[in-house]
Amino acid sequence: MTDLTIIWAGIIGFAIIAYVVMDGFDLGIGILFPFFKVGKDRDAAMNSIAPVWDGNETWLVMGVGGLLAAFPLAYAIILPALYAPMIAMLLGLVFRGVAFEFRWRDPAHREFWDRAFTLGSIVATFAQGIALGALLQGITVEGRAYAGGWWEWLSPFSLLTGAGLVVGYALLGACWLNWKTEDALQRQAVTYAGRLGILLLAMIGAISLATLTLEPQYHQRWLSFPGVLATAQVPLATVIVTFLFYRSLRLKRDAQPFLWALALFGLCLVGLGLSIWPDVVPARVTIWEAAAPHRSQVFMLVGAAIMVPIILAYTAWSYWVFRGKVGPDGYH
Amino acid sequence: MIEQDWAILLARIQFAFTVSFHFLFPAFTIGLASFLAVLEGLWLKTGKGVYANLYRYWLKIFAVVFAMGVVSGIVMSYQFGTNWSVFSDKAGPVIGPLMAYEVLTAFFLEAGFLGVMLFGINKVGRKLHFVATLAVALGTFISAFWILSVNSWMQTPAGFEMGANGQFLPGDSWLPIIFNPSFPYRLVHTVLAAYLTTAFAVGGVGAWHLLKNRQNPGARKMFSMAMWMAAIVAPIQVVAGDFHGLNTLEHQPVKVMAMEGHYQSHPDGAPLILFGIPNSKEKRVDYAIEIPKASSLILKHDPNAPLKGLDTVPDADEPPVGIVFWAFRIMVGLGMAMVGIGLWSLFARVRRRLYDMTWLHRAAVAMGPSGFIAVLAGWVTTEVGRQPFTIHGLLRTADSASPLDAPAVAASLLAFVVVYFAVFGMGIWYLLRLMKKPPEAHEAALDGMPIRSAGITPAAAVIEGEGA
Repeated sequence: MTDLTIIWAGIIGFAIIAYVVMDGFDLGIGILFPFFKVGKDRDAAMNSIAPVWDGNETWLVMGVGGLLAAFPLAYAIILPALYAPMIAMLLGLVFRGVAFEFRWRDPAHREFWDRAFTLGSIVATFAQGIALGALLQGITVEGRAYAGGWWEWLSPFSLLTGAGLVVGYALLGACWLNWKTEDALQRQAVTYAGRLGILLLAMIGAISLATLTLEPQYHQRWLSFPGVLATAQVPLATVIVTFLFYRSLRLKRDAQPFLWALALFGLCLVGLGLSIWPDVVPARVTIWEAAAPHRSQVFMLVGAAIMVPIILAYTAWSYWVFRGKVGPDGYH
Repeated sequence: MIEQDWAILLARIQFAFTVSFHFLFPAFTIGLASFLAVLEGLWLKTGKGVYANLYRYWLKIFAVVFAMGVVSGIVMSYQFGTNWSVFSDKAGPVIGPLMAYEVLTAFFLEAGFLGVMLFGINKVGRKLHFVATLAVALGTFISAFWILSVNSWMQTPAGFEMGANGQFLPGDSWLPIIFNPSFPYRLVHTVLAAYLTTAFAVGGVGAWHLLKNRQNPGARKMFSMAMWMAAIVAPIQVVAGDFHGLNTLEHQPVKVMAMEGHYQSHPDGAPLILFGIPNSKEKRVDYAIEIPKASSLILKHDPNAPLKGLDTVPDADEPPVGIVFWAFRIMVGLGMAMVGIGLWSLFARVRRRLYDMTWLHRAAVAMGPSGFIAVLAGWVTTEVGRQPFTIHGLLRTADSASPLDAPAVAASLLAFVVVYFAVFGMGIWYLLRLMKKPPEAHEAALDGMPIRSAGITPAAAVIEGEGA
């Protein structure tokens, strides 16, 4: 019998990757928004994501809904542990989500909703980063429940991962605008992408090193022989991808910098997977301990096997409809 | 109260607050998406410009409502875990997959086609755009299907086994779980409620503009369509509600006792209490105005049939009677008023004065928000009526909450209240502002979209003729 628990861990992992790939750049545009000129540039930046942000955000619901369905125990432990960052993220998403509509509905207060868009995007991103850091540094679990206080998530490390994700999403946002816009806005985006790339690499380095000190499990995974021969490929690949990223920027490619920036994120997620596998609550609960019963797994797998390819197909179609460069009046 | 009780009470208030706010938006979008699909379908079929104009008029409103529904809905999907983690751990194997199906079959469908629906008509053509509208409408319905299945399972749990670790586990088949005893009734009742909510909102807007200008063709058309819905769907809803009530009597009799205000058992036929003030301390309804034996007649179809009261239930298993009693009366009262408006509009139509009866229009304006209030009142009736359980009869609310400190929940509740009132308050104000504008013959598309010529007249002009 194949182990459906591993397949479900893979599906949740896929949802997280899909979320970062798709929502990362539109949160990033929110983070960078105040730096764009009021008027044409801001409208173009907003229009480049207006038709797709809602679908992108659905992957966040897929991730957490999938977690509830496939690993209910993990869902029940993680969310109370991350109470404050999760509430902050949700409220941030409220502000930025409505800003897409409200800024057009109320030109007199557009400045206000633009700020709400930025602040909401930063808070949501920062909270996601903090959540990641808090999980990595280990949460207090007793029996089937979280047993720490309501500030346990707060640490220098979690603040560092929070900041790292803000930089990372901002990079994705800048690369997306390089791809999707023209003229001055595009040039501005390229400049930002170059600087954010360096900043992100510094962040990745710092977070990686700090991670090694958190739990013996991580240290052992990464540095003990012969495992190190495999794990060393991740930083090596990071160097190569970084080189390709900057080369594509220099060659003024449209889509390539975005794709290489995504590859950078991909490598971070691979590194994360190597650290925590096979845990769903890092260093606390394994995927098998938290797994839903076989019947739940089978039932959902039927749905996922049929629906995920269909979802990806019409998502791709929607991106295809809104392909090419965007202007202040929407897609050309 | 000890701190744990405070934490649970605050968590309950927070859930009630966030879900009530959220529910307003899908209650509107479910109906509005279908309305838009009908408008676009009629436009495609007849080529009449009035349908295209109404489509655009309501699409702008839909976009705002939908955005608020999305962001308030994401909150709900997290809140099961942040605040009700013990419930999530125990019920997750059963309800988790149903919610996952909601995401897979509904949320992505709505969100994936929304972009094309809002911004894509110039890009994909009329037919494909109609498909996108249909997909969004279908998505809203599928979403209602799954989430009401989950809710119904919490009301009338079926098809499960108890695991050694205290979890509810699915049995051999998922059908008894999905189609649990109260689900078909709740689904029909709730979806009809969403349609009626939309019909009265649309009718109210149409009536408002008829009061200003009886000749506005858009206002006439939307008012007429809304009044057809009121005349046809409101009576059906009364019947559906009656069936739902009988189903509740069978599976959750205690909830019906609270709805009826029956503190005492009535061995020879129970009275129907129209109004009164439930007094849970003295276990009676003060100042009751009642019709003898009518409750037995409605619930048992026999005026002398015995009906048990709350005296047969331990106090610890009773829901708060006052809230359920009043919420139920508000819902039923508004439902009856809806039927009344529907009949009135039929009368006006027969007399060929549908667009001229000022008092009908005023009444329709007053009834514009009635659907939202009725939906919330109905929701309170069924949810508060389920107390003190999260999973009826099996898992108590007090045993379902996350191990959180009361100050944490108090802080988040405060944040939700402030943000929701501010943000959604603004949103609702924007909606009212959009509704205040009369539908025009050159109804503009969404802002941020390329708009060149604005000609929908002559009738043959098409939307895609206006784009880049």
